[in-house]
Amino acid sequence: MSAWVTAAVQAVLVAAVAPLVIGLMRAVRARLEGRAGGRLAQPWRDLRKQLRKEPVIPADAGMFFTAAPVVLMATSVLVAGAAPYLSTAGPLPGVADLVVVVGLLLLGTVALALAGLDTGTAFGGMGASREMTIAALVEPTLLLAVFALSTRVGATDLGAIVAAGATDPARVFTPAGALAAAALAIATLAEAGRLPVDNPATHLELTMVHEAMVLEYAGRDLALVEWAASMRLTILLGLLANLFIPWGVASGAQPAALVLAAGVFVVKLAALGGLVAAGEVFVAKLRLFRVPELLAGSFVLGLLAVIASSVLA
Amino acid sequence: MNPVAAALGAAFALAGSGAIAALPAPARWGPAVVGAATAGVGIAGAAAGGAAVSGTVWQAYLPDLLPLAGVRLAVDPLAGWFLLLVGGVAAVVGVYTIGYLGRDGHGPAARGALAVLPVFVAAMLLVPAAGSVSTFLLAWELMAVTSLLLVLGEHRHSPAVRTAGLWYAAMTQAGFVTVLLGLTRLAAAAGGESFAAIRAAGAGLSPVTAGGVFLLCLAGFASKAGAVPLHPWLPRAHAEAPSHVSALMSAAMVKLGVYGIVRVGFDLLGGGARWWWLLLGALGAVSALYGILQAAVATDLKRLLAFSTSENVGLILLGLAAAGVWAGAGQDGVAGVALAAALLHAANHAGFKTLLFCGAGSVLRSTGTRDLDALGGLSRRMPATTALFTVGALCAAALPPGNGFVSEWLLLQALLHQAPQAGTVLTVAAPVAVAVVALTAGVGVATYVKVLGTGFLARPRGDGAATAVESPRSMLVAMGLAAAACAGLAIVPVVAAPALERIAGELRAGPELFAGGGVDLRLAGIGSIVSPLWVAVGVIGLAVGFAAAGRALGRARRRAPAWDCGDGPLTARMEYTATSFAEPLQRVFDDVLAPEQDVDVTPAAESAYIVRAVAYRRRLPDRIEAHLYGPVIAAADAVGRAGRRLANGSVHRYLAYMLAALVAVLVAGVIR
Amino acid sequence: MDGGLSGQDPACGAGGRAGSRAAAAAALGAGLGGSVQVRHVDAGSCNGCEIEIGQAFGPVYDAERHGVRLVASPRHADVLTVTGPVTVNMAQPLRATYEAMPRPRLVVAVGDCARDCGVFAGGHGVLGPVGDVVPVDVRVPGCPPEPAAIVAALRGVSGR
Repeated sequence: MSAWVTAAVQAVLVAAVAPLVIGLMRAVRARLEGRAGGRLAQPWRDLRKQLRKEPVIPADAGMFFTAAPVVLMATSVLVAGAAPYLSTAGPLPGVADLVVVVGLLLLGTVALALAGLDTGTAFGGMGASREMTIAALVEPTLLLAVFALSTRVGATDLGAIVAAGATDPARVFTPAGALAAAALAIATLAEAGRLPVDNPATHLELTMVHEAMVLEYAGRDLALVEWAASMRLTILLGLLANLFIPWGVASGAQPAALVLAAGVFVVKLAALGGLVAAGEVFVAKLRLFRVPELLAGSFVLGLLAVIASSVLA
Repeated sequence: MNPVAAALGAAFALAGSGAIAALPAPARWGPAVVGAATAGVGIAGAAAGGAAVSGTVWQAYLPDLLPLAGVRLAVDPLAGWFLLLVGGVAAVVGVYTIGYLGRDGHGPAARGALAVLPVFVAAMLLVPAAGSVSTFLLAWELMAVTSLLLVLGEHRHSPAVRTAGLWYAAMTQAGFVTVLLGLTRLAAAAGGESFAAIRAAGAGLSPVTAGGVFLLCLAGFASKAGAVPLHPWLPRAHAEAPSHVSALMSAAMVKLGVYGIVRVGFDLLGGGARWWWLLLGALGAVSALYGILQAAVATDLKRLLAFSTSENVGLILLGLAAAGVWAGAGQDGVAGVALAAALLHAANHAGFKTLLFCGAGSVLRSTGTRDLDALGGLSRRMPATTALFTVGALCAAALPPGNGFVSEWLLLQALLHQAPQAGTVLTVAAPVAVAVVALTAGVGVATYVKVLGTGFLARPRGDGAATAVESPRSMLVAMGLAAAACAGLAIVPVVAAPALERIAGELRAGPELFAGGGVDLRLAGIGSIVSPLWVAVGVIGLAVGFAAAGRALGRARRRAPAWDCGDGPLTARMEYTATSFAEPLQRVFDDVLAPEQDVDVTPAAESAYIVRAVAYRRRLPDRIEAHLYGPVIAAADAVGRAGRRLANGSVHRYLAYMLAALVAVLVAGVIR
Repeated sequence: MDGGLSGQDPACGAGGRAGSRAAAAAALGAGLGGSVQVRHVDAGSCNGCEIEIGQAFGPVYDAERHGVRLVASPRHADVLTVTGPVTVNMAQPLRATYEAMPRPRLVVAVGDCARDCGVFAGGHGVLGPVGDVVPVDVRVPGCPPEPAAIVAALRGVSGR
């Protein structure tokens, strides 16, 4: 029972913190650009307002368009609840599996890509095409990077992997771990649509990837899409944090440990988010057809990580 | 009486009577008769398979049925698995055929072509049921010939069908020859042609003989399975055959190539050397990657599905390869998991590919085209077909909670395993295989998003799609059955666990693969768990919850024209097509696919700087086919042309040839 | 830095506040609650107002700190800013943009031309002021209006 409470707490925490992570990243970016910028909670205000507004559906779109936001949100919440963020003993070990988590994230991407195609607009199709091209190269990298860590526990259960890192942090800081961290970091940026793969703040349709797919969404649907998108960033950053900074994660469901874990988790997220935002100030978006080179590089890093982890195991 | 025997007997009797009844049946009832008979054969075959996988074995020797060797049948759990698979596919396709070929239907309703269908299914049931080399070869050839007749069903309509038939005939017969050579050599070496006798002698064969037999059989079986580079027949035959035949071939017949590899490699030869399995793994990896890349850029719906078959066969072969390698390294438990992954993926692929080819047939029947660039807008006009095709596409894309996901998960578990002292080759090969599976899955997702998004959603891009109508009920029922089977395999794959454990035990792999009861798939040796049921419940439950909450608390949705930047309505020509969708992927994998592009710019008469027209053409030829088979075909053609000079029509010359031949034979006899 | 900027915040001038009081009430009714997404349409402007709007979102005036953001699609927007007299060719796109926005939606007419066609009144190809084509909620006078006035108007709408 308590494991279910943990899962619910995790899901709520990730859902609540995700817009704040975006707000923090915008704030860091604004400060580095010499602006005052919005407040931390501004994304939450945006969501609250969008949730109250009227959703609009394009004339030729159908079920796929209306279903995509809720499917995207459902996959994000499920992953947020099941993956080991606060505690390594989740209620659903069969969902906290690495392959399942990557598959669920991919399911969300697919739902959104189909929605983009369902609108029948050129931009929707363009965004979907680009997003799937990137996803086709990112998902393998995500899998490979975490596989490198899973070999030492002999299973793909994320809870077990994080628990192993927490009990023996020295085994995380190996050459294989470093390679995997680099691969996972690049994959995280690409999957969450951050620079240099995609510019979340762009207004030029021809440079858009994620934004182009969601151009047609309005009101409640848009709120769900943006919320889920921010949750995906938090999910991936949190995974990166707990896999490679394996301290502070609870191993059970004791309230005190959970509170501590939540605090540590938020601090890790803030640090990683701030780091990403600071890095983004200094890079430009890559040309679309240079992105695969970056992703191929991270794919090779992931492959090397897996090989290194088995050779040096 | 043995239930397997009864069910198989019923299947063969039904097939015979169905074929005979189809010949005199009036044209409007022909499809119904044949469809019902085929479905009946399928159900009976599946019943036999079901009995066999739950532990009932059956053997029979019918010496009087055929001269010389007689007919020997032996059904064990492994055979049962494939009987179940073939039977299930045939049952669905039988129902589908009733509507597909029925009144104002599509394709050939020629009686001969109809009557062959149940015979083809019976031949496919006979292949796994065969218990001796001669019976197996006979069934194999019967399957090849009947399927060829079915592929040629629409030969009057298009020359492409004739080309496809020629490719298929040549490759399937070449494959048959290699299997024939391999199995007869094996029977000769073992001193008996029944599988039991070979099995008994299999371990004592010299490595050279065993390796040669394995290679010969592998060539034939892999070509039947559509593994790259023995695949060129497959995209042609699957694309050009009538869709119900495509479904049978892709979902069922191709799997019998897999069956052949398992039967010969694991059962009759009892394992073998590591290089066999590394070779098989390389074959699987190349098939998976090349197949999915070609599928990703294909715009012909059925050709795309055919290349996706190559991809899935590649994954199955990777599983078999892992099973062989781990078994050779003494890791029986992991070998069992790998074997289970391969067999489960075979069944899953049968499920979703039946659904997808049937869906493609419905689209073709309704719109008259299989060109994805001319489709779209079907989600409004064919909502049930779209929904069912979506289920198939999600399963084929290996997304949770689909059935393809479960077997790919199992496959990854088997590949990820670290064997102590496995050696350098395996330490590198296993991660590479993991990378191949992961990349294949990634590109596969993009491929199926393309199919679904450009083929079914938004506005119709062509006249055929604009006037499409929903399919008859029998076709929808058939697809619904296939979708239900996919959902069952996806959500409670544990139902297959006992059968998989029994087969693995039979093939001397680990006996205990799965631990514990419940709905989760829990691996005994490896600490991984997957619970597809919870994934499905979680995703669907949360999505429905969010949708209901949104509807209850938020404002009502308003329908408005798509945002056109304020400048006039958008037309279907502005939509992304399948070609444009795949363009970035094609550019990323340019070096592998090597597309041929021409851009012709026609300037206006007044000035070279004013462009009147731009013509852009892009072709994506099958590179392996062009480079591997092109020279062979050219050489065969040259030999044929040279040979033509020998036969110039002169009777005197032919008499001289005969005389020369007679003399040569006599001389040979004398010398000896 | 935040305090320094707000100390000399030009938007705090009395004129800016007064001009947008009515709009603030409208915005609260619309439930925007401190968040405004803006879609901009140039209906025939000389681009003077565009430069000022650009400044309003630049580092000096930084409308983002008041919860105001420019967005790429009218579907994402709450507020439509329109500049220039509406030309014949831009009337339909302007109407379409307004129709594409989800309710509740507000229109801010920026500049004298948007209010009453300014110097272009009666000119060739000029249809009329913005109010003739779409309902206008807030008007920002000036030719061109200062960025501070634009920020003030948007703040009024956002309620922050």
